[in-house]
Amino acid sequence: MDFSWLSDPFYQAYLWEGFVNTLWLLLVSAVGGLLLAVAVALARLRGPRPLAWLAWAFTTVIRGTPLLVQLFFFYYGVGRLLEGVPGIRDSVFWPLLRDPFFFGALTFILSVGAYAGEVIRGAMQSVPRGELEAGRAFGLSGFQVLYRLWLPRAIQLCLPTLTGEMILLLKSVPLVSTIALMDLLQAANIIRDETFLVYEPLLLIAGIYLATTIVLTLLLRLVELNFPGMRPTRRRWLPLR
Amino acid sequence: MTAMTPEGLGDWAGPILAGAMTTLQIAVLAYAIGLLLGLLGAGAKLSPWAPLRALATAYSTLIRAVPELLLIILLYYAGAQALDALLARLGIGGAVQITGFATAVGVLAFVQGAYMTEVFRGAILAIPHGQLEAADAYGFSRWTRFHRIVLPGMLPNALPGMSNLWLILIKDTALISVIGFYELFFTIQQAAASSRAYFLFYAAAGVIYLLMTLTSTALFARLERHVRRGQPTEA
Repeated sequence: MDFSWLSDPFYQAYLWEGFVNTLWLLLVSAVGGLLLAVAVALARLRGPRPLAWLAWAFTTVIRGTPLLVQLFFFYYGVGRLLEGVPGIRDSVFWPLLRDPFFFGALTFILSVGAYAGEVIRGAMQSVPRGELEAGRAFGLSGFQVLYRLWLPRAIQLCLPTLTGEMILLLKSVPLVSTIALMDLLQAANIIRDETFLVYEPLLLIAGIYLATTIVLTLLLRLVELNFPGMRPTRRRWLPLR
Repeated sequence: MTAMTPEGLGDWAGPILAGAMTTLQIAVLAYAIGLLLGLLGAGAKLSPWAPLRALATAYSTLIRAVPELLLIILLYYAGAQALDALLARLGIGGAVQITGFATAVGVLAFVQGAYMTEVFRGAILAIPHGQLEAADAYGFSRWTRFHRIVLPGMLPNALPGMSNLWLILIKDTALISVIGFYELFFTIQQAAASSRAYFLFYAAAGVIYLLMTLTSTALFARLERHVRRGQPTEA
């Protein structure tokens, strides 16, 4: 085992950039994805027929195909098609549309939207009807019932599953190394190519991922314990999809 | 060469179909080995012997805390190296194709086994204790108790988790393409690059994987009805 390359400032910079990008992608995808998930759940439960059907189809397709295929589809497939759109190279969006980070985040947001959307839909269906009717009886508007009663109660019911989805999201991030985005795995791959070391860089980032997973699990546990009305429950510390 | 006609889906149908078959072979073999590893892991986790429990816990915890893609790359190189050394010692070196396939299966099975361990552990723990005691009272041997009571008793509890893991496995086979082994998605990538019809081929890949997962979901639903026969239906 040769870890002498760790003292090289260039490699340190790569690894740091990879780590920051990984966390940044995680944050953007988690926030965007959860917002989309609520929209998907609402569309399936209360949307007009075509919208509900669309949300169902979206969920089925995203959950039924590999994330890697989706990533390639958006980055290479949709990305190439967009290149052909006349005038797009002069538009303000062009730098964004060439950025692998944009496509990585887009793919992950859609993925979280589909997986977490199903979780939130199930939880929203489990909230007793009487509670929502009570809200209406107290004179809350439909929107107020949604964001003061229905959503908070649903999130209480599915919070452990949702935090599990976030761990799964973290573990999906290395996929973006295949579209040349500088994440931890991409940093390790560069170091491997330059130092001809097969295992050491991979083992190092495996360790970093292990530590990040543990820290994130503990942080999310804190969120769960402090969520209003949550009773602490014993559960396994790593989720299954 | 003048004006080449662009390659379409038709030109690549054969290789893509072959790739899909390879993917299915990898998935089925990895699943079978993963089931076995999962049973062993769950058995070890529930064993009264502490070192065995620690070993199984380390296996299932470490594997589940590290991203699959990273594990697959890491284990692929380690596994290929080990297998090459083994084949060279046996005097059948250079069988790269066998090595690639076997490592792909081995790596996916090893990862799958860690997740399966947790599924089986939970399912075994959910078997009512009285049933095991009844088996003991009737003088069942350990093996008879295992395959007449524990296995059929845990199956209904384990099946939803097993079905989930099969779907994850099908999708994880696409990760093998990163290593450069010929399976469905690697073939698709080559088709897309050579025809430059990226949108078309990646959409086609999505449709093929979707067909596989939807069919699997339907089959697992039937299987679950079968193992739950004789159980009281919930009102």
